Amino acid sequence: MRRFARFWWDFIVGDDWRVAVGVALALGLTAVLATTWASAWVVLPLAVAAVLWMSLARSAARR
Amino acid sequence: MGVTRGWRSALAGTLAASLVLAVIVGVLGPALTVIPIEVLRLVVGALLLVFGLQWLRKAILRASGWRAVRDEDSVYEREAAAARAARSEERAGLDWYGFTVSFKGVLLEGLEVAFIVLTFGSTQGSIPLAIVGAVAAVVLVVIAGIVVRGPLSRVPENTLAFAVGVMLTTFGTFWGAEGAGVDWPGEDASLPFVLAFVILVSLGYVTALRRRRLALA
Repeated sequence: MRRFARFWWDFIVGDDWRVAVGVALALGLTAVLATTWASAWVVLPLAVAAVLWMSLARSAARR
Repeated sequence: MGVTRGWRSALAGTLAASLVLAVIVGVLGPALTVIPIEVLRLVVGALLLVFGLQWLRKAILRASGWRAVRDEDSVYEREAAAARAARSEERAGLDWYGFTVSFKGVLLEGLEVAFIVLTFGSTQGSIPLAIVGAVAAVVLVVIAGIVVRGPLSRVPENTLAFAVGVMLTTFGTFWGAEGAGVDWPGEDASLPFVLAFVILVSLGYVTALRRRRLALA
């Protein structure tokens, strides 16, 4: 059971769980803003770029 | 496996795994069509984004020199040596090692393909068309393999990983935002602009990280 859970964790989340959390937060923020702001489409691409940079910078800093 | 343990067992494992994948797509495909499209796009977008960003992250780190590029020649030699050294055990007339390694490899890698086929197909309303696309890709890869007749070291692995990451991130951003309630300007016509944005940002990160590495050297 533990190995099964581990497989799905590795398959979906991968080796940086912060990316998955960042994506969830970015989608949540987009959903909130989309109710009141017609241009909320700009939020997700910018948030995705920010999440990617944070993950890259963290990986580079550790090496 | 084919080269080191024999083609019969390797092809049997590949065929068995392909059948399992076909059953997964056949069962899950119709089930996905009953989920509301907005919910489906949100979940699919989120998963594609997580997958895509992981691919992109690794490809950018390799392209900028922060992570070693995979040496496919040495990986191939290591794996081939391990396969040759493995104990022989015959079951159902097959070399069991060759069969199980081929089966597991095709099943695990194929799961990701099956997921992409199901999600792309269901969000765009045509799973059969997505299956045709996946089968065409398999045929293309097999033809390329026959023409090249060489190990995977000849494939520009990181460029492919970069391209896959860009595509998954682009579709993940597009569908994720739609699922979250966003209306893209120009609807589907905005997809090429999202793609261009992801490519430019990714290339920009490669340049920035390369400069950072040179500055530290």
